[in-house]
Amino acid sequence: MSAQELVNQMRSFLPPDAVLHETEDLKPYECDGLSAYRQLPMIVVLPQTEEQIVKVLQLCYATQTPVVARGAGTGLSGGALPHAQGVLLSLAKLKQIIAIDPLARTARVQPGVRNLAISEAAAPFGLYYAPDPSSQIACSIGGNVAENSGGVHCLKYGLTVHNILKLRVLTIEGECLEIGGDSLDSAGYDLLALMTGSEGMLGIVTEITVKLIPKPEKAQLVMAAFDDVQKAGSAVANVIGAGIIPAGMEMMDKITIHAVEEFLHAGYDLNAEAILLCESDGSVEEVADEIQRINAIMQQSGAINISTSHNEAERLKFWAGRKAAFPAAGRVSPDYYCMDGTIPRKRLADVLRGIEELSQEYGLRCMNVFHAGDGNLHPLILYDANKPGELERTEEFGGKILEMCIHAGGTITGEHGVGMEKINQMCSQFGSGELTMFHAVKAAFDPAGLLNPGKAVPELHRCAELGAMHVHRGEQKFADLPRF
Amino acid sequence: MQTLIEQYQTAIRAAAESKTPLRIRGGGTKDFYGNPAGEQNSTLLDMSDYNGIVDYEPTELVITARAGTRLADLEAELDRHGQMLAFEPPHFGAAATLGGCVATGLSGPRRVAAGSVRDFVLGVRMLDGKGEDLRFGGQVMKNVAGYDVSRLMTGALGTLGVLLEVSLKVLPKPAIETTLCMAMHEAAAIEKMNQWAGKPLPVSATCFTEGQLFVRLSGAESAVRAARAKLGGEEVKDDAVFWRSVREHTHDFFQPDQRLWRLSVKSTAPSLHLPGKQLLEWNGALRWLCATGGDDAEVIRRAAQEAGGHATLFRGDAMRTAVFHPLPSALMKIHRALKEKFDPAGIFNPDRLYPGI
Repeated sequence: MSAQELVNQMRSFLPPDAVLHETEDLKPYECDGLSAYRQLPMIVVLPQTEEQIVKVLQLCYATQTPVVARGAGTGLSGGALPHAQGVLLSLAKLKQIIAIDPLARTARVQPGVRNLAISEAAAPFGLYYAPDPSSQIACSIGGNVAENSGGVHCLKYGLTVHNILKLRVLTIEGECLEIGGDSLDSAGYDLLALMTGSEGMLGIVTEITVKLIPKPEKAQLVMAAFDDVQKAGSAVANVIGAGIIPAGMEMMDKITIHAVEEFLHAGYDLNAEAILLCESDGSVEEVADEIQRINAIMQQSGAINISTSHNEAERLKFWAGRKAAFPAAGRVSPDYYCMDGTIPRKRLADVLRGIEELSQEYGLRCMNVFHAGDGNLHPLILYDANKPGELERTEEFGGKILEMCIHAGGTITGEHGVGMEKINQMCSQFGSGELTMFHAVKAAFDPAGLLNPGKAVPELHRCAELGAMHVHRGEQKFADLPRF
Repeated sequence: MQTLIEQYQTAIRAAAESKTPLRIRGGGTKDFYGNPAGEQNSTLLDMSDYNGIVDYEPTELVITARAGTRLADLEAELDRHGQMLAFEPPHFGAAATLGGCVATGLSGPRRVAAGSVRDFVLGVRMLDGKGEDLRFGGQVMKNVAGYDVSRLMTGALGTLGVLLEVSLKVLPKPAIETTLCMAMHEAAAIEKMNQWAGKPLPVSATCFTEGQLFVRLSGAESAVRAARAKLGGEEVKDDAVFWRSVREHTHDFFQPDQRLWRLSVKSTAPSLHLPGKQLLEWNGALRWLCATGGDDAEVIRRAAQEAGGHATLFRGDAMRTAVFHPLPSALMKIHRALKEKFDPAGIFNPDRLYPGI
C-alpha cells in the first residue's frame, strides 16, 4: 500500500494531526537516543487510546506494514529506529496515570507515562517506583518495559522485570492479552518476563501495573579512594562478602576522577586510582549500622581516603561527580563512544587491565565508570571523529571490549539493549541454536515478523563487529538528560 | 557429565522420533504437582545423576549448579558462606532438586519481601525438543541480550525443555530474625499486613492462621529491635520451625487427606468466603484453602479471579479437576505456539501444565 493510501485509511479513525507523513513532520522521529543511526519512517501515528492502537495494528497487519513502537525516544541502542516502509507508532500520547492503590502498593499507568512521574504521583503515600534509569525524568515506562531498564539501585531493588505485575499487550493482529495479574504470579508460562526487555518485537504494551515500594527513611553515602584498582575491586567484594547489599555501589577510574573533578569540584581525591561510592538506605537504625560497617571494610580494604556524607546536600554532592561522568567525557574529548557490558565482578581488574592495554595499542584514551555492585561497566572511549580513521579505530577498540566482556563470562549489554546497535555482537554472544530459538519465540507472537523487524536478534547470515553509542562534539540527542 | 548430556540428547531424539512422552524427573518430591500424565507409555528421564555445583563465588552473589543437585546440598553450601536462596523454596522431601525447584517455580514465605524463584534466575543451560544444548541468560545480574528464556523456563513444569544447569542470584542471610504473633480477625490482618508493607519495615514473611497473625522480621539487630517495638505482639519461640512447617506444608493446617487449593490473589482482596479452612501468606496475596468435601472448582476459580488472581488445585485428586487455572484463548494460543517451537514433537511432560502443552 502506498504511503498516501495508508495515511487516508489511518485518518478514517485517527484525528488528522495524529497521522504525520510530511518529511518535516517525520524528521523528529528519525532516530532515538542513538543519533548515529537515522531513518525516516513512512508515516508516524500518534494514537490516544487503546482502541485506536488496535485499529492501527489491524490495518498494518492487513497490509503487511512493519510497525516500530516508540515511547519517549530516549533509548541508547536504536531500538526505536524507524523502518523506511513502516509505521512509527508513538505511544507518547498515552500518558495517563490511571490509578494508584496505596494499600496494595501498585500503580496502573499508560505506556507514555514518564518513569519519574510515577514516583512523583506515589510520593504522597510514602511510596515510589524503584527502577531509576539515569534518563528517568524523560524516559517512558513503556520504553522501560521494552528494554528491561535498570538504574544505579538495581542490585538491591531489581530491574523493571522485578517491579511490574501486569501488562496489557496488543498482538500485531490487534488481539489483547492480559499478561501477569494483580496477584504475585499467574497461571501458565511467565510471559511477563518474556515481554520485559523484548524491545517491541513481540507486542505493543498499552497498560502497565507497576509495584510501588516504601521510600526508605534515610540514605547515606560512603566515598572511599584507593591507590590501586585491584584494591577497590576487593573492597566491593569485601562489602558483599560481609553480607551487605548496598543500595548503590559505583566505581570510577583515575581518568574519570580527574575529568569530573576538574569540571565539578565534587571533592574527589586526585591521588586516587579508583573511587568507590557506596550508599546505604533503609530505616535510620539499619543505615547507621550499615554505614559503620562499610566504613570499617573500606579501611580494612586499604582505602587511602574515606568520607561519609553527613547530610543530604553532601550525599548529593558526592553523587554529582559520578553522575557528571558522561558530560565530563564530552568536555575532555571532542567525541566519545559509550559501551555497556556486564562482567562478573571478580574479573574487573583483568578487564580494566585489558582495556588499558587496548587503549595503548589503539592510542585512544578510555574512561571507565562501573556499576560495581552488579558488574555493569561503561567504558567511554575518547576520540576525535575529525581525525581520519579515528572513528574506525574506536569502533574496533569498542568491539574488542565487548568481546572481552563475553570472554570474562559477561554480556554485551547490561541495560541499554541490543536494538540496532549491538546486533552484530549478538553473534558473538550466542550460538546459532540460541539465535534460532530467539527467532522462534518472536514467530510465536508475530509470525509475519512485522513488529520492529531487523532489531535485537540478528539473522544467522549476519555476523560482523560493531557497537555502541556515538556522540559527536556533545551533539547527543537529549544532551541535557543525565547519563550515567 | 558430558556423557550424561549425550545420553539425554539420545533419549530426547529417540522420544521425538517415536513420539513417546518423556517424564522429566529430579528427586520426585513434586510428582504430585500438576495434571496427571495423559499417556501411560511414557519414558522416565531421570536427572538426579546430573548434579553438583558448577560455580560458586560468594562475593559475586551467584551460584551455578546442575539441575539434579539436591536443594538441601545447595542450601547447605550457601549456608556455609552466610548466604541463602532468598525465595525460600519448599522442598517437599529430602530428595528435592534444583531443577524441580525451578521447573515448578514455587517459592516460600520470604517471597513476599525478596521475590520469587523467577526473580533470582539469571541463566539456564537446557536441552530443547530436538536435543540442542542451549544457553540463555548468564551469570551476571544485568543482562538484556536476547529474550528472557531463562525466566520463561521457570515454572514451565519442564514442558519447554530439559533444564541442565541454572544460575541463581543469592543473597546474604539476615543477621537476625525474630517472629511476632498477635491475635486478630482475618480482615484486620489483611489490612495490617498491607499497611506494614507500605512502610520501611524489615518484614520478611507473614502468615495468618486460626486468628493469629505471624510476622517475621529480618535484618540488622538494631533495625529488627526498632521494628519489634513499633509492631508489638508476642515473640514466637523456635520461629524457624514454624516457618519451615508453613513452607513444607507440615503445619497442622495442611491435612494430607484433604484437597488443597492455592489461591494467588491481590494482597488486599477481602476475605474469601469459601467452604473449608484458609491460611494466608504473602501479606494476603497467597491463600491456601484446605477444602472440605465436595469443593466446587468453578466457585473457587471464580472467587480467585474476582480477587485479581488464579487458583491451582495444589494437592488432591486431579483426575476430576484441571489443576491449573484455565487461560483465555488468546493466551492459550501463545502457549501452544511457544510449546510448538521449543518441543515440536510434544514429548516433554505433555499435559502436565495444560492439555496439549
